[in-house]
Amino acid sequence: MSLHAPLTVTNGRVLLADGSIQTGAVRCEGGFITAIGADVAPQDGDTVHDARGQIVAPGLVDIGVFAIDKPAFHFGGITRAALMPDQNPPLDVSARVRFAAQSGKPDFWVHPLAAATQGLEGKALAEIAMMRDAGARAVCTGRRWIGDSGTMLRLLQYTGMLGMVVIAHAEDAGIVGNAVATAGEMATRLGLPSAPAQAEALAIARDIALADMANAAIHFRNVTTAAGLELVRAAKARGARVTAGVSPAYFMLSDLSIGAFRTFTHLSPALRCEADRKAVVGAIADGTIDVIASGHDPRGPEDKRLPFSDSAPGMAGAETLLPLTMSLVRDGVIDMARAFELIAANPAKLLGVNAGSLAVGAEADIAVLDPERPWIVNSDKMAAAAGNTPFDRQPVQGRVLALFKGGVAVRMKKIGG
Amino acid sequence: MTPPEYTYPAGALAFPHRGLTGIAGLAPHQIWFLLDEAEQWVEMNRGAQKRVELLSGMTIINAFFENSTRTLLSFEIAGKRLGADVVNMAVATSSVKKGETLIDTAMTLNAMRADAIVIRHASSGAVQLIADKVDCPVLNAGDGQHEHPTQALLDALTIRQAKRAFNGLRVTICGDILHSRVARSNILCLASLGADVRVCAPPALMPADIEQMGVTVFHDFDAALKGADVVMMLRLQMERMEGQFIPSPREYRHLYGLTLDRLELAESNALVMHPGPMNRGVEIDSNVADHVERSMITTQVEMGVAIRMACLDVLTRKGRKMEGWA
Repeated sequence: MSLHAPLTVTNGRVLLADGSIQTGAVRCEGGFITAIGADVAPQDGDTVHDARGQIVAPGLVDIGVFAIDKPAFHFGGITRAALMPDQNPPLDVSARVRFAAQSGKPDFWVHPLAAATQGLEGKALAEIAMMRDAGARAVCTGRRWIGDSGTMLRLLQYTGMLGMVVIAHAEDAGIVGNAVATAGEMATRLGLPSAPAQAEALAIARDIALADMANAAIHFRNVTTAAGLELVRAAKARGARVTAGVSPAYFMLSDLSIGAFRTFTHLSPALRCEADRKAVVGAIADGTIDVIASGHDPRGPEDKRLPFSDSAPGMAGAETLLPLTMSLVRDGVIDMARAFELIAANPAKLLGVNAGSLAVGAEADIAVLDPERPWIVNSDKMAAAAGNTPFDRQPVQGRVLALFKGGVAVRMKKIGG
Repeated sequence: MTPPEYTYPAGALAFPHRGLTGIAGLAPHQIWFLLDEAEQWVEMNRGAQKRVELLSGMTIINAFFENSTRTLLSFEIAGKRLGADVVNMAVATSSVKKGETLIDTAMTLNAMRADAIVIRHASSGAVQLIADKVDCPVLNAGDGQHEHPTQALLDALTIRQAKRAFNGLRVTICGDILHSRVARSNILCLASLGADVRVCAPPALMPADIEQMGVTVFHDFDAALKGADVVMMLRLQMERMEGQFIPSPREYRHLYGLTLDRLELAESNALVMHPGPMNRGVEIDSNVADHVERSMITTQVEMGVAIRMACLDVLTRKGRKMEGWA
C-alpha cells in the first residue's frame, strides 16, 4: 500500500486502453488505477488534480535508453524506461541488473535489458536467466550486432525457452565497419566513412530466419530502411514473432541533416536517405512499426565536440519523444490512440509490465498533456544531462503538464508556464 | 587568358571567404581569381629573388595533425617567401598526444594570435570545426577523406598552364577515389571550371552516388583513358583501409596501373599527374612518372608553392588592411 493519499485526476479527456477518448476522471489508490469514467469523483482525502480538459494519457514507456536521466524523462512524460546493457561495466551479471532495476525508484522505474553476451562481445552467452530473476525484462545485443550466426541462434533458442524477447541491433557489422554515415551523395561529398543502407536488411533477414528456427521473439530496436521494413512486414504477415521499433530522428530527418558535419546528427544507425525516411513514416502508419523510442543517449561536448567520425553516436531524445510523435498525429499519419500504442502500450507489452495504458488494475503511471502546446527545443536549456539533440531550435507541439508515477505527482508544470 | 565568364569583381568581392576550408562553396570566378593571383608567384619563384615582405610581421601556424612532407614544406616555403614568421606544429610534439581535444588546441592556437592557421587532420570536417572556433583565416591542408582544396587549385593551375582552357577538357582521375580528398576537391574544382571529369576505380574504392557530383564513373581503366587530355593518378591509401578492398597491389596494377602502353589510349599530348606520394610500380610505372614530356608531377609541386602563396596573400589581406579588403 502506498503511504500517499489516493489521487483523482478530474476533468480530463481520458485516453482509454481501447483507444477511445472519454471525458471524465481517473482515480488511483495504492499505486494502481481503481476507477475510470465520467461518473468517477474524488473521495474524501483524495489528492485532486484538475486536468482542465487536457489529455490524460498513460505515462510513456521508453525502450532502449542509454542513461538514466530522470529530469529528461519526467519532462518528456516518461515513467518507465528500458535501460540498454551498454553501461560501464555492461549489464551482463545479475548484481548489476538488480542495482539498475532499483536505481530510479520510486518516481521512475528502470527496466534493465540483460546483455545477450558476456561483455556484449557477441561471443559467449551471458547468464540470462539469473539476470531475468534479478529484474531484467528482456535481452539485448546492445549497440552491436552479433556477427556469429551460431551464437545468435543459440541465444534465440535460449531466450525462447525463457520466454524473453531479444532486442537486436540490426546492422551487418562486416558491412558497416567504421562507417558513421549511410553511403550516398552526402557521405561522399563530406568524405565520411559510410556503409550501404542494405547492411540493415541483411541483418534483419538473417535474424528473422534464426528467430523462426528457434521459435523465439525478436524485436529490432531501430528499423530505418525501406528494405528492412519490408522484411519485417513480410515476416509479420506470415505470423513470425517479430516486432520493430524506431526513433523519431528516422522519421523526421534524412542524411541531408549531416551536411554541416554537425555531430548531433551522428546517430547509430546513421541517418538514411529521404526515401527511407518516407518508408519509416509509411511503416508507422501501416502498423509495421510497433514502438517509437527515444534512444536517449545524452552526450556532453567531450563526446560530441569532435570531428564527425571521431564523435560518439547518439542523441538526447527523451524530451522530444512525445512532441515528435505528436507531429505524426497532426500530419494525419496516425491518430492519438495509435500514438500512445507506439510510445506506451506496445513497449509495455514487450517488457511485460502492467503499464502503458489506462485501465482499472494497471499501475497509475499517468501523464496529463496538452498535445497542441507549442514550444521550441533548445539544446542549451534542456532538462537532459546533455543537450545533444538534432532538433535544436526546432518548433514542436505537445507538452506534458503533469506526470504521476504510481499515483504520485513527479512533475507539475504551471498552467501557462 | 581570362575568358569573359571568369571576370571577377574588384577588391574583397573577388574572394569574399574568410578562410579556405574546401572547394565546395567557391564560385568558378573565385577559383579563377586564385589561379590568376598565383601566376605572379610562379614568375617570382622562378627568379633569383624569391622573397617579398608582404606578410612581414605576420605569424602563420602550420598545425599538422597528420603526417605530411610535401604539403607542410610547401606551405612553409610559401609563408616564408611572403615574409611571414612560420611555425610548424607537428602532432608528435603536440598536446594532442596528452589527450587535449581538437577544440582545446584550436583555442590555444587562437590565443597565440596567429594571422593564419593551416590545418591538416585525419578526420573529415576537423578543419571546419577549428575554423568555427578561431578568429583568423583557416586553410585546409587536407581533412580526412573530405577536401584538399590547395591541391585541387595547384592541379588546376598546372592544367591551365599546359592546356589554357578547361571547357570540354577530358580529365580522368583513377585510383582510390573512396579514400581520396584530392579526388573530391579536384572533381569539384575541375567540374566547376567546365571540364569533363571521369573517375575510375574498382567498385570497392568508388564512393556511392559520386556521379551526383557531375562525373562519369568507370571501372574499366582502358575505357576511361580513351581520349583523355589529362590522366590524374591517385595513390592506394592502404593506411585508410580496414579490411580487404583489393586482392593485392600486384593485381591492382594489372587492372589500374598506368603503364606507357596504357597511356597510348589517351590523347597523344595527354598530361600525366599525381599528387604524390607515388607507389611506383603500383598505380604508376616509373617510366610514366618520369616521362619528360608527359609527366607534370614536378610541375604540380612547383605550382603548389605558388598557389599556397596566393591563398595566404589573399586570405590575410583583410588583416593587413589592404585597400579594398579591410
